[in-house]
Amino acid sequence: MDDHDRKDEPPDNTIPMDTRQTTTKRGKGGGLGRDVQAKIGQQLRSYYDGLIEPTPDRFVDLLRELDKPGGKGSANEP
Amino acid sequence: MNLDPTLRDTVLATVPSLRAFAISLSGNVDRADDLVQETLLRALANIDSFQPGTNMSAWLFTILRNLFRSEYRKRRREVEDAEGHYAETLKSLPEQTSRVEFREFHTALVKLPTDQREALILVGASGFSYEEAAEICGCAVGTIKSRVNRARTRLAQLLSIDNANDFGPDLTTRTVLAGNDR
Repeated sequence: MDDHDRKDEPPDNTIPMDTRQTTTKRGKGGGLGRDVQAKIGQQLRSYYDGLIEPTPDRFVDLLRELDKPGGKGSANEP
Repeated sequence: MNLDPTLRDTVLATVPSLRAFAISLSGNVDRADDLVQETLLRALANIDSFQPGTNMSAWLFTILRNLFRSEYRKRRREVEDAEGHYAETLKSLPEQTSRVEFREFHTALVKLPTDQREALILVGASGFSYEEAAEICGCAVGTIKSRVNRARTRLAQLLSIDNANDFGPDLTTRTVLAGNDR
């Protein structure tokens, strides 16, 4: 940790008081402001969307293979 | 095996989200793909126990979640991909999703306890209700709500999202600041 601890930073006075009052309003659930919850929600969805890819071929092939008569899925069938 | 084509299509349609859930739980694409494959094999082997008309997606997520948890217990100390390098292997990470933001969020997410992480993802990203998430995780609805709240609070701390900061430093600045803390 260097000499400049961010905790010592002065509060951001560029924010108008009325806005601050709005943003510090506490949510009834977790004690977080609604805007903070919204921001986390938006970042989470954006992260998750980044993980979404079309179904990889291996899974399409797997289901097709399992579905084939005599395929892997039929191994235990009489 | 004769799988009803409609059922098969429903299963396949669930795979992208199921896989995203697996990646966000395991932090690793290869492990996630193995989890998805194992989930599909189990699901099809037990397809008779699926009740038509009920939520296929929730059923598959339950199987995957249970597989992950039993594997997780066995490999508890295995290092997760905390830096999110796997992101580079994802083909379709959208241009508009900044990789810095993606990594920053991933790094914070994997610091959450697994029970909080899964609850948050199920409710906040995978599109399940609190009730469905409770069923998937095998716990009470109130437990899910409390896990989601704790997860949000912790993420807000880790990502330096607070009420004033909302209009404060932009992401790049925050990233630099976070880097200086390490």
